[in-house]
This record gives sequence, C-alpha cells and structure tokens, in this order.
Amino acid sequence: MAIVYEKSKGLTDAELHYCPGCHHGIIHKLVAESLVELGLLDEAIGVCPVGCSVFAFNYFSCDMQEAAHGRAPAVATGIKRTHPTQAVFTYQGDGDLASIGAAEIVHAAMRGEKFTTIFVNNAIYGMTGGQMAPTTLIGQRATTCQSGRTVEQAGMPIRMAELLSTLDGCVYAERVCVTDIANINKAKRAIKKAFEKQMNREGFTFIEVLSTCPTNWGMTPLKANAWLKENMAAYYPLGVIKDSSAEVK
Amino acid sequence: MQKELWKGNEAIAEAAIRAGCDCFFGYPITPQSEVPEYMSVHLPEHGGVFVQSESEVAAINMVYGAAASGMRAMTSSSSPGISLKQEGISYLVGSELPAVIVNCMRGGPGLGTIQPGQGDYYQATRGGGNGDYRTVVLSPSNVQEAVDFVQEAFDIADQYRNPVMVVCDGLIGQMMEPIEWHPVPKRDLPPKDWATTGRKGRDHHNIINSLYMDPEVCDQHNANLAKKYALMEQNELRWEEKECGDAEVVITAYGTPARIALTAIEALRAEGIKAGLFRPITLWPFPEKALHELAGKTHVKAFLDVEMSSMGQMIDDVRLAVEGQKPIRFLGHAGGVMPTVEEIIESVKKALKEVQ
Amino acid sequence: MSAKVTFNSDRCKGCELCTTVCPKHIVAIDTTVINRKGYHPATVTDISQCIACASCAKICPDSIITVEKF
Repeated sequence: MAIVYEKSKGLTDAELHYCPGCHHGIIHKLVAESLVELGLLDEAIGVCPVGCSVFAFNYFSCDMQEAAHGRAPAVATGIKRTHPTQAVFTYQGDGDLASIGAAEIVHAAMRGEKFTTIFVNNAIYGMTGGQMAPTTLIGQRATTCQSGRTVEQAGMPIRMAELLSTLDGCVYAERVCVTDIANINKAKRAIKKAFEKQMNREGFTFIEVLSTCPTNWGMTPLKANAWLKENMAAYYPLGVIKDSSAEVK
Repeated sequence: MQKELWKGNEAIAEAAIRAGCDCFFGYPITPQSEVPEYMSVHLPEHGGVFVQSESEVAAINMVYGAAASGMRAMTSSSSPGISLKQEGISYLVGSELPAVIVNCMRGGPGLGTIQPGQGDYYQATRGGGNGDYRTVVLSPSNVQEAVDFVQEAFDIADQYRNPVMVVCDGLIGQMMEPIEWHPVPKRDLPPKDWATTGRKGRDHHNIINSLYMDPEVCDQHNANLAKKYALMEQNELRWEEKECGDAEVVITAYGTPARIALTAIEALRAEGIKAGLFRPITLWPFPEKALHELAGKTHVKAFLDVEMSSMGQMIDDVRLAVEGQKPIRFLGHAGGVMPTVEEIIESVKKALKEVQ
Repeated sequence: MSAKVTFNSDRCKGCELCTTVCPKHIVAIDTTVINRKGYHPATVTDISQCIACASCAKICPDSIITVEKF
C-alpha cells in the first residue's frame, strides 16, 4: 500500500475555521506542501495578516508571526533582513494587502525584499462580514456598496500583481486560482517557483491567488467557483505577470 | 576614564551599537534624524542591519518582525512619528516582544514645531496605543544619561519581554556634551526560546501573536502582563532628589527643565530661599511613594511642576502622588519655548508667598 | 489496482468541491449522514472505480481526505 495523498506535514492537525468551500484551506496546503517539498519547513518563518486568515499561525507547522493589519511585509522585512538565509513568507488577504497595507507591500517590493508574498484575493472583506474591498468588482455587491460597486463611488478595482510588477525589485509575479485540479497544479508550481527564487536571492516574489468567498458572496461553493472563473478571472487575468529570469533569457 | 564629546542623537545610536543592537529601522524626522544617519553608517560595520523604512508605521513593524525572531531591535523617532508607531508598540507589548524605542520629543500638537517639547508624557506613560499596557520609560536629562539608559534599555526590554522607551526632549538629542562610556550593570537575561527563528529541529512551532478570541484567555493574558508591570514597578523605579532635605519649595521636573531648575535652585539658595528638585528618571514607573513621602515632610510647603508643556502632563502624576498634602503650582511652555531660570525663580517665590 | 480513500468525516464541511473534480464521478455527498458539525459529509460511492488520482484530496480545503493505492 502506498499513500498517494495525505494532509501535508507543513500543516498542523488543527481544524480550519474557514467557511465551507473557502479557498484559504486549499491555498494553505499548497504553501505547506511547497515548503515541505523544497525542504524549507524547518527553516521557514511565516507572517499572517488580519482578515480571515488571521489564525493561519495555528495551521502552518513552521514558526509563525501574527502582524498588525496590513503590516506583514514590514514585519517580514524585519525577519528576512536579520535571517537572510531562511525562507520567509507573508500570507495576506486583499483588504490587508491592497488597502490598509498598500504602502508596506509596495515598498517591500520596491526594496526587492527577498521574501514571498501569497496574496489571497477574494474581492471582499470576509472576516468583518462582506464589506467592499479595493478588489471588489464593478457591480459586485457588498455590505458597504449594497447596490454594487460603482466607478463613481469607489473607482476601478486594483490589480496588485500588475502594479507590483512595475517595480524592478519584484522579480516574479503570477496570478493563479485554485478552482480545479489543473489550476491547483499551476498554483502550486507558481508558489514553489516563488520560494525557489526567494532562496536564490533574486528579489521579491508575489503570488496572487484568486479565491472565492461563498459566504459573503452569497453563493454555494460551486456557484462561487463558477462566478470566480467567469467574473474575477476576466478582470484579473491568470498567468505570469512578470518573470525577470524569463526576460533575461 | 577619558571623556569624549558627543552629539546626543549620535551618542544614542553609538550606545545602542555598544549594547548589541542587531538591527535598526527608522524614518527621518527632525530632531532625531542623526540617529538613523549614524546607524546607516556604523551599524553595518558591526554586522548589524539598517533599513530606512517607508514610514514610522513600517519601521515599528520591522522592529516587531526582527524582535519576534530573536533580535535586539530598535527604532527612534520624534513626536509625530512616535504617534504613528503607537499601533506597533501596542502589538509589541501584546505579543511580549522586547524592543527599544527612542522618542526625541518635539512640540505639538500636529506638526507643532521641530523645537524641543515634552508633550508626549501621557502617550509614553499610559501606553499610547490601544489596550491596557505599560512600557518602562527612561528619561535622561543629559547626554551621559541618554547613553547609559539606551544601553540598559535593551537589557530591561529582554528581561521583561516588553518594549522600553527612552524619552528625551529634542534639546538632548541635538546638543553636544562630554560623556564617558560606562559598562552598564549586568542582568541575568532569560533565553529567547520563544523566538520564531525557524524550527530547526524544535519539536513544536513557535507563534508570536497578540490575538486571543476567548475572552477568558485574553483576560488571563492581560493579568499575566499586569504581573510583569508590577515587577517593573518594583525593580525599575528611578528618581533623583537634589537639595530636598530642607526644601520649602520642591520643583518637580524631568529632562531639560530639570537642569534649568537646578540653576534656579542654586540662585534661590544664594538668596536664602530653600528650593529643591525632585526629578523622576523613570516616568513610568513613576516614583509615587517617594514623592508622597516628601510631600508629607513638614519643611515642604509647596511644589512647583515645570514642564515643556502648556498645561502640564506629569503634573497629574505629581498630584496623584502628593494627594493634596501640599499645594502644587505649575510653570510650563510648549512649542519649543523653554522655561527660563528667571521664570522658575519668580514662580518659586510666588508659590512660597501664597503658602505663607 | 485497488485504491482506498479515507475521509475524516467529522471534519467535512460538505462544500462539494471534491465532487466536481473526480474523473470517475464517484465522489458524492452522503445525504443520509449528518456529521458532528451538522454537514452532510462527502464519500466515495463506488471504490472499485477509483483510480487513486487524489483529485478529491487535492482540492479539499480541509485536507480531510487520504488516498492510498495497492
């Protein structure tokens, strides 16, 4: 008998608090599996955000820090600069990273900080109950834009992978999703590649993962998956946004 | 020992390096910018890390990350920048992380002035960020003390796993004075086995966190923190009394105003007026008991609190300590204007006349 | 080849994501059972058809599925 698949050693045995069908759990394990497969679990130091994944420190089995809202890239800078040979990552949602922490992520990327950011974009504030995020799509309903987001009121949604890829310090930015096996495989390859580039000291690496929020979108997990593919992926194109090493070749 | 002439802010930075500071994260603001400038040159020479952050908010969070992974971390700023760091300081306390924060105070509110001030007393001694908490607040009144306190601050922080603030007014940061490099008293410091250094074979993962969803657990966490504050109050209390043995008017002051007060006391005593100085060195813990006892002495007729603050802030702690035993008068200026020797002399005489 | 798929059913949230990725369409929600969380958990309807591809396990957000093959 051979085990084909079991829960990653990069995760603790703690039960996840996420809602049914939420993609955080899938993204957690891709990060955990990547750390294990690259032999980095014992070296890694992760930083959690404020948002739905605030308790990620209970789920990853590597050393973890909990940061103030939006400040994870600054916290990770403090860790990585003093532990330059170790794997460091931030795990952040869209409210945390694209709104309150916009300055911290932009400047970490500008400085080319050699850590990896896993950016989970579900186009809404999940933990606080479904308010509009900077990533909420035009027309998408949220509790602070109940008739749907308008350009007049809130502007157009922010594309963080594209924005950060304009900075020379950001060497790798890819947008992925985890709605199906093919995309999960791509997402894992991207996450592993980001960690590899980090360990090669190439610069700042950024993986944006489009994610569902079935609860606050008001959909079943399966409908949310379909909505993501149809609407989010249309505005936030999947694929490699930037790869400096590819450009060199 | 040979004396050396140092500018306050540069001496503070050098003291931190000598105390084994591993990393410094800062943002420019007058009148403290010489600290990051000096660090940018000299900390890397000692194998340390210097990063100029994008903001004070980022700087204190870089301190958080480094401190949480076991480093001796430091930041410095001046009043408006310290306001921005308050969030991070609250998280440092909540997560029980040691760090050293220097506030080279200027006048406020808002942008205020770049001249010296003492308007951040409440912020420093009452926590300053959200939640109930305290930090040890050391207040030097000359460059020598600034140098000594910064070195000790790292040990105090490590001993209690709590940030320590060194609060000096901008004058101390900007002026040059002769100093000596003293070795600081040795402390037995606990190992940082809680630090998130990567597991490296450890059988459990370390977590640095200030979030407790269970109210009873959060209550217990706060109770545990309160026990640490009680220990700090017991062990770290510092103050200085000058000419208080027979003083009829006791001046309460810290930092630069305390030095101005000493000149005034000398002049007053030359005129036969018995004045003395009570100078809190730790602003928190505040030397409440000592001041209370002094207020009870029959020779003490009145207090004069002198601050670089328009309404006074420390005066509230003086009132709490004196407990109505003797009248308390106030002299203060904000916005970079120093209380003068003449004003202090006049205020002491006035206070004495009122009680006689 | 024969396969074994184990569900930690107490932790299943019944999200149905696993049911969408099975190439053999043998992963389904068992509506006859309510677990301790109050959900109908997922199960395999016909293990003899399982090819041990582990797709169900890979997409499971709660990592409750273990797949083995003989």
